[in-house]
Amino acid sequence: MKAETLARLRTARAERQPIARVAALDGSVDAVVEDGEGPLPEPVLEVARAALKQNRSHDFEHEGGRWFVQVFNPPLRLIVVGAVHISQPLIGMASGLGYDVTLVDPRGAFATAQRFPDVEICDEWPDDALEALGVDGRTAVVTLTHDPKLDDPALHVALRSEAFYVGALGSRRTHAKRVERLVEAGFDEAAIGRIRAPIGLNLGGRAPAEIALAIAAQMTEALYR
Amino acid sequence: MADAAVGEADAILDRAAAWAAAGRGVALATVVKTWGSSPRAVGSQLVVDDTGAFEGSVSGGCIEGAVVIEAQRAIEDGEPRLLDFGVSDEEAWEVGLACGGSIEVFVEKLA
Repeated sequence: MKAETLARLRTARAERQPIARVAALDGSVDAVVEDGEGPLPEPVLEVARAALKQNRSHDFEHEGGRWFVQVFNPPLRLIVVGAVHISQPLIGMASGLGYDVTLVDPRGAFATAQRFPDVEICDEWPDDALEALGVDGRTAVVTLTHDPKLDDPALHVALRSEAFYVGALGSRRTHAKRVERLVEAGFDEAAIGRIRAPIGLNLGGRAPAEIALAIAAQMTEALYR
Repeated sequence: MADAAVGEADAILDRAAAWAAAGRGVALATVVKTWGSSPRAVGSQLVVDDTGAFEGSVSGGCIEGAVVIEAQRAIEDGEPRLLDFGVSDEEAWEVGLACGGSIEVFVEKLA
Protein backbone atom coordinates (compact mmCIF):
# COMPACT_ATOMS: atom_id res chain seq x y z
CA MET A 1 0.00 0.00 0.00
CA LYS A 2 1.27 3.43 -0.91
CA ALA A 3 1.72 5.91 1.90
CA GLU A 4 -0.57 8.25 -0.06
CA THR A 5 -3.33 5.62 -0.08
CA LEU A 6 -3.03 5.21 3.67
CA ALA A 7 -3.16 8.99 4.17
CA ARG A 8 -6.29 9.32 2.02
CA LEU A 9 -8.01 6.46 3.82
CA ARG A 10 -7.32 8.05 7.19
CA THR A 11 -8.47 11.50 6.06
CA ALA A 12 -11.73 10.09 4.72
CA ARG A 13 -12.31 8.15 7.93
CA ALA A 14 -11.75 11.25 10.03
CA GLU A 15 -14.23 13.21 7.88
CA ARG A 16 -16.85 10.41 7.89
CA GLN A 17 -16.60 10.11 4.10
CA PRO A 18 -17.12 6.73 2.44
CA ILE A 19 -14.02 5.49 0.63
CA ALA A 20 -12.94 2.26 -1.03
CA ARG A 21 -9.45 0.99 -1.59
CA VAL A 22 -8.88 -1.04 -4.74
CA ALA A 23 -5.81 -3.23 -5.24
CA ALA A 24 -4.68 -5.66 -7.90
CA LEU A 25 -3.47 -8.67 -5.92
CA ASP A 26 -0.25 -8.86 -7.92
CA GLY A 27 0.60 -5.47 -6.41
CA SER A 28 0.42 -3.59 -9.71
CA VAL A 29 -2.52 -1.31 -8.86
CA ASP A 30 -3.27 0.56 -5.63
CA ALA A 31 -5.92 3.28 -5.73
CA VAL A 32 -8.83 4.75 -3.79
CA VAL A 33 -12.37 5.51 -4.92
CA GLU A 34 -14.10 8.53 -3.42
CA ASP A 35 -17.38 10.09 -4.55
CA GLY A 36 -17.56 7.21 -7.00
CA GLU A 37 -14.40 8.32 -8.79
CA GLY A 38 -10.81 7.18 -8.92
CA PRO A 39 -7.93 6.52 -11.35
CA LEU A 40 -9.27 3.13 -12.42
CA PRO A 41 -10.97 1.55 -15.45
CA GLU A 42 -14.74 2.05 -15.53
CA PRO A 43 -15.64 -1.62 -14.85
CA VAL A 44 -13.43 -1.56 -11.75
CA LEU A 45 -15.00 1.71 -10.60
CA GLU A 46 -18.41 0.11 -10.93
CA VAL A 47 -17.34 -2.79 -8.73
CA ALA A 48 -16.06 -0.32 -6.12
CA ARG A 49 -19.24 1.79 -6.20
CA ALA A 50 -21.40 -1.31 -5.72
CA ALA A 51 -19.18 -2.56 -2.91
CA LEU A 52 -19.52 0.75 -1.06
CA LYS A 53 -23.27 0.68 -1.46
CA GLN A 54 -23.50 -2.88 -0.16
CA ASN A 55 -20.85 -2.21 2.50
CA ARG A 56 -19.06 -5.36 1.40
CA SER A 57 -15.35 -5.86 0.74
CA HIS A 58 -14.63 -8.66 -1.75
CA ASP A 59 -12.25 -10.01 -4.36
CA PHE A 60 -13.06 -9.92 -8.06
CA GLU A 61 -11.56 -10.61 -11.48
CA HIS A 62 -10.66 -7.99 -14.03
CA GLU A 63 -8.96 -8.73 -17.34
CA GLY A 64 -7.61 -12.03 -16.11
CA GLY A 65 -6.15 -10.66 -12.88
CA ARG A 66 -7.43 -10.91 -9.32
CA TRP A 67 -8.35 -7.71 -7.55
CA PHE A 68 -9.69 -6.72 -4.15
CA VAL A 69 -11.96 -3.88 -3.12
CA GLN A 70 -11.96 -2.93 0.54
CA VAL A 71 -14.82 -0.80 1.76
CA PHE A 72 -14.27 1.84 4.41
CA ASN A 73 -17.68 3.26 5.18
CA PRO A 74 -17.97 5.83 7.95
CA PRO A 75 -17.92 4.38 11.44
CA LEU A 76 -21.21 3.57 13.04
CA ARG A 77 -22.32 6.23 15.44
CA LEU A 78 -24.63 6.15 18.41
CA ILE A 79 -26.17 9.27 19.87
CA VAL A 80 -27.51 8.67 23.36
CA VAL A 81 -29.86 11.35 24.67
CA GLY A 82 -29.92 11.28 28.45
CA ALA A 83 -27.12 10.65 30.91
CA VAL A 84 -29.10 8.11 32.92
CA HIS A 85 -28.34 4.78 34.54
CA ILE A 86 -28.96 2.78 31.34
CA SER A 87 -26.62 5.05 29.39
CA GLN A 88 -23.54 3.85 31.22
CA PRO A 89 -23.65 0.17 30.18
CA LEU A 90 -25.08 1.07 26.75
CA ILE A 91 -22.15 3.35 25.99
CA GLY A 92 -19.71 0.61 26.95
CA MET A 93 -21.45 -2.02 24.85
CA ALA A 94 -21.80 0.24 21.82
CA SER A 95 -18.14 1.18 22.00
CA GLY A 96 -17.25 -2.49 22.03
CA LEU A 97 -19.45 -2.99 18.97
CA GLY A 98 -17.47 -0.34 17.10
CA TYR A 99 -19.74 2.69 17.49
CA ASP A 100 -18.50 6.22 18.01
CA VAL A 101 -20.73 7.30 20.88
CA THR A 102 -21.86 10.80 21.78
CA LEU A 103 -23.82 11.42 24.95
CA VAL A 104 -26.21 14.37 24.81
CA ASP A 105 -27.65 15.88 27.96
CA PRO A 106 -27.98 19.60 28.62
CA ARG A 107 -28.45 18.98 32.33
CA GLY A 108 -24.97 19.62 33.63
CA ALA A 109 -25.44 17.61 36.80
CA PHE A 110 -26.24 14.44 34.83
CA ALA A 111 -23.63 14.34 32.11
CA THR A 112 -20.46 14.78 34.09
CA ALA A 113 -17.10 13.46 32.97
CA GLN A 114 -16.91 11.77 36.34
CA ARG A 115 -20.02 9.66 35.73
CA PHE A 116 -19.20 9.19 32.05
CA PRO A 117 -15.43 9.21 31.74
CA ASP A 118 -15.05 7.44 28.38
CA VAL A 119 -17.48 9.19 26.08
CA GLU A 120 -17.80 12.43 24.18
CA ILE A 121 -20.33 14.56 26.07
CA CYS A 122 -22.44 17.26 24.45
CA ASP A 123 -24.42 19.62 26.68
CA GLU A 124 -26.39 21.33 23.89
CA TRP A 125 -30.15 20.99 23.69
CA PRO A 126 -30.79 17.63 21.94
CA ASP A 127 -32.17 18.99 18.64
CA ASP A 128 -29.26 21.40 18.29
CA ALA A 129 -26.84 18.64 19.24
CA LEU A 130 -28.24 16.21 16.67
CA GLU A 131 -28.33 18.85 13.93
CA ALA A 132 -24.72 19.72 14.65
CA LEU A 133 -23.59 16.09 14.68
CA GLY A 134 -25.41 15.38 11.41
CA VAL A 135 -27.47 12.19 11.67
CA ASP A 136 -26.77 9.93 8.68
CA GLY A 137 -27.66 6.39 7.61
CA ARG A 138 -24.94 4.92 9.81
CA THR A 139 -26.19 6.62 12.94
CA ALA A 140 -28.40 5.22 15.70
CA VAL A 141 -30.33 7.56 18.01
CA VAL A 142 -31.52 6.43 21.43
CA THR A 143 -33.51 8.65 23.79
CA LEU A 144 -33.46 7.69 27.45
CA THR A 145 -34.42 10.76 29.49
CA HIS A 146 -38.15 9.98 30.02
CA ASP A 147 -38.58 13.75 29.70
CA PRO A 148 -40.52 14.91 26.62
CA LYS A 149 -38.74 18.28 26.77
CA LEU A 150 -35.49 16.48 25.98
CA ASP A 151 -36.54 13.32 24.14
CA ASP A 152 -39.02 14.89 21.71
CA PRO A 153 -36.67 17.44 20.09
CA ALA A 154 -34.14 14.65 19.52
CA LEU A 155 -36.83 12.44 17.98
CA HIS A 156 -37.94 15.25 15.68
CA VAL A 157 -34.45 15.46 14.20
CA ALA A 158 -33.97 11.68 14.15
CA LEU A 159 -37.27 11.05 12.34
CA ARG A 160 -36.37 13.56 9.65
CA SER A 161 -32.97 11.87 9.19
CA GLU A 162 -31.81 8.62 7.64
CA ALA A 163 -30.84 7.17 11.04
CA PHE A 164 -30.88 3.38 10.75
CA TYR A 165 -32.18 3.02 14.29
CA VAL A 166 -34.35 5.27 16.43
CA GLY A 167 -35.27 4.00 19.87
CA ALA A 168 -37.09 5.69 22.75
CA LEU A 169 -37.22 4.45 26.32
CA GLY A 170 -40.62 4.39 28.00
CA SER A 171 -43.61 2.18 28.66
CA ARG A 172 -46.38 1.58 26.13
CA ARG A 173 -48.42 4.25 27.90
CA THR A 174 -45.58 6.74 27.75
CA HIS A 175 -45.11 5.92 24.10
CA ALA A 176 -48.81 6.39 23.32
CA LYS A 177 -48.59 9.92 24.70
CA ARG A 178 -45.39 10.47 22.74
CA VAL A 179 -47.13 9.36 19.56
CA GLU A 180 -49.92 11.89 20.20
CA ARG A 181 -47.38 14.69 20.55
CA LEU A 182 -45.54 13.63 17.39
CA VAL A 183 -48.79 13.51 15.41
CA GLU A 184 -49.53 16.99 16.67
CA ALA A 185 -46.07 18.07 15.55
CA GLY A 186 -46.92 16.86 12.04
CA PHE A 187 -45.20 13.48 11.81
CA ASP A 188 -47.04 10.81 9.86
CA GLU A 189 -47.60 7.19 10.80
CA ALA A 190 -44.67 5.91 8.75
CA ALA A 191 -42.23 8.27 10.43
CA ILE A 192 -43.53 7.55 13.92
CA GLY A 193 -43.49 3.82 13.15
CA ARG A 194 -39.71 3.98 12.86
CA ILE A 195 -39.42 4.51 16.62
CA ARG A 196 -38.56 1.33 18.50
CA ALA A 197 -40.76 1.53 21.57
CA PRO A 198 -40.85 -0.04 24.02
CA ILE A 199 -37.16 0.01 23.28
CA GLY A 200 -34.97 -3.06 22.86
CA LEU A 201 -35.45 -6.71 22.04
CA ASN A 202 -37.69 -8.47 24.51
CA LEU A 203 -35.02 -10.35 26.47
CA GLY A 204 -36.91 -10.12 29.77
CA GLY A 205 -34.21 -8.42 31.85
CA ARG A 206 -34.95 -5.27 33.85
CA ALA A 207 -31.53 -4.30 35.20
CA PRO A 208 -29.89 -1.29 33.49
CA ALA A 209 -27.21 -3.44 31.86
CA GLU A 210 -29.85 -5.91 30.67
CA ILE A 211 -31.91 -3.15 29.08
CA ALA A 212 -28.74 -1.76 27.52
CA LEU A 213 -28.03 -5.20 26.08
CA ALA A 214 -31.57 -5.41 24.68
CA ILE A 215 -31.06 -2.02 22.98
CA ALA A 216 -27.61 -2.89 21.63
CA ALA A 217 -28.97 -6.20 20.30
CA GLN A 218 -31.87 -4.43 18.58
CA MET A 219 -29.48 -1.90 17.02
CA THR A 220 -27.42 -4.77 15.64
CA GLU A 221 -30.53 -6.43 14.25
CA ALA A 222 -31.64 -3.16 12.61
CA LEU A 223 -28.25 -2.80 11.00
CA TYR A 224 -28.22 -6.19 9.33
CA ARG A 225 -31.84 -7.26 8.83
CA MET B 1 -20.43 -7.05 6.42
CA ALA B 2 -17.95 -6.19 9.08
CA ASP B 3 -19.36 -3.24 10.91
CA ALA B 4 -18.15 -4.43 14.28
CA ALA B 5 -14.68 -4.23 12.80
CA VAL B 6 -14.99 -0.60 11.76
CA GLY B 7 -13.40 0.81 14.89
CA GLU B 8 -10.74 -1.82 14.59
CA ALA B 9 -10.01 -0.77 10.99
CA ASP B 10 -9.29 2.75 12.22
CA ALA B 11 -6.99 1.44 14.92
CA ILE B 12 -5.02 -0.51 12.33
CA LEU B 13 -4.71 2.37 9.88
CA ASP B 14 -3.65 4.65 12.72
CA ARG B 15 -1.11 2.12 13.92
CA ALA B 16 0.31 1.71 10.41
CA ALA B 17 0.70 5.48 10.07
CA ALA B 18 2.25 5.84 13.50
CA TRP B 19 4.78 3.08 12.93
CA ALA B 20 5.67 4.45 9.51
CA ALA B 21 6.09 7.95 10.99
CA ALA B 22 8.43 6.44 13.59
CA GLY B 23 10.62 5.13 10.78
CA ARG B 24 9.67 1.49 11.14
CA GLY B 25 9.10 -0.87 8.22
CA VAL B 26 5.39 -1.67 8.02
CA ALA B 27 3.29 -4.26 6.22
CA LEU B 28 -0.46 -4.80 6.04
CA ALA B 29 -2.14 -8.18 5.82
CA THR B 30 -5.74 -8.27 4.62
CA VAL B 31 -8.21 -11.16 4.43
CA VAL B 32 -9.36 -11.13 0.78
CA LYS B 33 -11.34 -14.36 0.66
CA THR B 34 -12.74 -16.94 3.02
CA TRP B 35 -14.30 -20.35 2.51
CA GLY B 36 -16.29 -22.32 5.04
CA SER B 37 -16.29 -21.24 8.65
CA SER B 38 -13.60 -18.63 9.00
CA PRO B 39 -13.48 -16.61 12.19
CA ARG B 40 -12.75 -13.23 10.61
CA ALA B 41 -14.60 -11.41 7.86
CA VAL B 42 -13.16 -10.45 4.49
CA GLY B 43 -11.41 -7.10 4.92
CA SER B 44 -10.05 -7.89 8.40
CA GLN B 45 -6.52 -6.59 8.73
CA LEU B 46 -3.32 -7.04 10.59
CA VAL B 47 -0.52 -4.48 10.68
CA VAL B 48 3.00 -5.72 11.25
CA ASP B 49 6.29 -3.90 11.79
CA ASP B 50 9.81 -5.04 10.95
CA THR B 51 10.37 -6.42 14.45
CA GLY B 52 7.30 -8.64 14.22
CA ALA B 53 5.13 -6.48 16.48
CA PHE B 54 1.55 -6.60 15.23
CA GLU B 55 -1.96 -5.34 15.88
CA GLY B 56 -5.30 -6.62 14.62
CA SER B 57 -6.17 -10.11 13.46
CA VAL B 58 -6.90 -12.07 10.32
CA SER B 59 -8.10 -15.32 11.84
CA GLY B 60 -8.78 -14.96 15.51
CA GLY B 61 -5.34 -16.28 16.35
CA CYS B 62 -5.02 -19.37 14.16
CA ILE B 63 -2.54 -18.16 11.56
CA GLU B 64 -1.25 -14.83 12.79
CA GLY B 65 2.20 -16.27 13.49
CA ALA B 66 2.69 -17.39 9.91
CA VAL B 67 1.27 -14.15 8.50
CA VAL B 68 3.59 -12.05 10.64
CA ILE B 69 6.62 -13.93 9.30
CA GLU B 70 5.51 -13.41 5.70
CA ALA B 71 4.80 -9.75 6.45
CA GLN B 72 8.33 -9.30 7.76
CA ARG B 73 9.64 -10.87 4.54
CA ALA B 74 7.48 -8.49 2.51
CA ILE B 75 8.94 -5.55 4.44
CA GLU B 76 12.42 -6.82 3.52
CA ASP B 77 11.92 -7.51 -0.19
CA GLY B 78 9.00 -5.19 -0.98
CA GLU B 79 7.08 -7.94 -2.81
CA PRO B 80 3.38 -8.46 -2.15
CA ARG B 81 2.22 -11.95 -1.23
CA LEU B 82 -1.02 -13.85 -1.52
CA LEU B 83 -1.16 -16.50 1.19
CA ASP B 84 -3.53 -19.45 1.37
CA PHE B 85 -4.40 -21.15 4.60
CA GLY B 86 -6.79 -24.04 4.64
CA VAL B 87 -7.58 -27.33 6.29
CA SER B 88 -5.93 -29.15 3.40
CA ASP B 89 -2.78 -27.12 3.84
CA GLU B 90 -0.24 -28.91 5.98
CA GLU B 91 1.30 -25.69 7.18
CA ALA B 92 -2.10 -24.38 8.21
CA TRP B 93 -2.60 -27.43 10.39
CA GLU B 94 0.75 -26.71 11.91
CA VAL B 95 -0.17 -23.13 12.70
CA GLY B 96 -3.58 -24.18 13.92
CA LEU B 97 -6.29 -23.33 11.40
CA ALA B 98 -8.19 -26.42 12.38
CA CYS B 99 -11.43 -24.48 12.55
CA GLY B 100 -12.77 -26.01 9.35
CA GLY B 101 -12.35 -23.08 6.99
CA SER B 102 -9.74 -21.63 4.76
CA ILE B 103 -8.71 -18.07 4.12
CA GLU B 104 -6.63 -16.11 1.68
CA VAL B 105 -4.52 -13.22 2.95
CA PHE B 106 -2.93 -10.44 0.91
CA VAL B 107 0.29 -9.15 2.41
CA GLU B 108 1.84 -5.91 1.21
CA LYS B 109 4.50 -3.52 2.34
CA LEU B 110 3.58 0.06 3.17
CA ALA B 111 5.79 2.00 0.82
